[in-house]
Amino acid sequence: MKIFIPTPLRVYAGGQDAIEVEGATVQEALDSLTTSYGDLRKHLFTAEGKVRSFVNLYLNDEDVRYLPGKEATAINPSDTLSIIPSIAGGR
Amino acid sequence: MSVLKLSRAVYEQIRAHSEETYPYECCGVLLGSTAGDGWNGCSAVRAENLRTDSAHNRYEISPGELVKIEREASAQGLSIAGFYHSHPDHPAQWSETDLKEAHWIGCSYVIIAVAKGTAAAINSFLLSGKGEEEKLFVQQKIEVEEAEE
Repeated sequence: MKIFIPTPLRVYAGGQDAIEVEGATVQEALDSLTTSYGDLRKHLFTAEGKVRSFVNLYLNDEDVRYLPGKEATAINPSDTLSIIPSIAGGR
Repeated sequence: MSVLKLSRAVYEQIRAHSEETYPYECCGVLLGSTAGDGWNGCSAVRAENLRTDSAHNRYEISPGELVKIEREASAQGLSIAGFYHSHPDHPAQWSETDLKEAHWIGCSYVIIAVAKGTAAAINSFLLSGKGEEEKLFVQQKIEVEEAEE
């Protein structure tokens, strides 16, 4: 599958905006990504290994948080995973 | 000081958006390409403010909308260069909330003040630092490029 890397994390992914990885589930794909690009790990996961609260993962058009299997959801090679940090604020 | 370059058209689009949503905060995404340690902002994409519960002083962009915007950017060979939002009747300076909720390190955060419905000062802050635990906003210079005749 292809994982899209957001602007702030490209520096930890060899400058690439998308990376092809293998895996049977979302978690396996993320593990594959962070095995190849270890510096990404702390930006994506807490010390306990959970996805950081401000990091959103979208499997195609679906928020992984709301999928029944969450990160254990099975994936197909043609799927895409987007990593999208949240954006909010105000005065 | 790093620079955020905006075309006159993009600059005016942001100002117009901020006035249209007054007294509520507007928000949007800047698409562009890197230029030195700053950005060349090529276009501004309006986004919906999800914070309808407190839209006069908060904004939030749906991650699902961001995914779509990023795909469009990628198709054009552009990146998400930053974001903009307005501060109705409040200075164009980042707030503690802005910093706490900012996670796109290396991207520009443009803030526009709107005074009694009229777009006023506009500033850009580059979210800098090596990670979430040491992030900070550093003011950027905004260069507005006039269209060639």
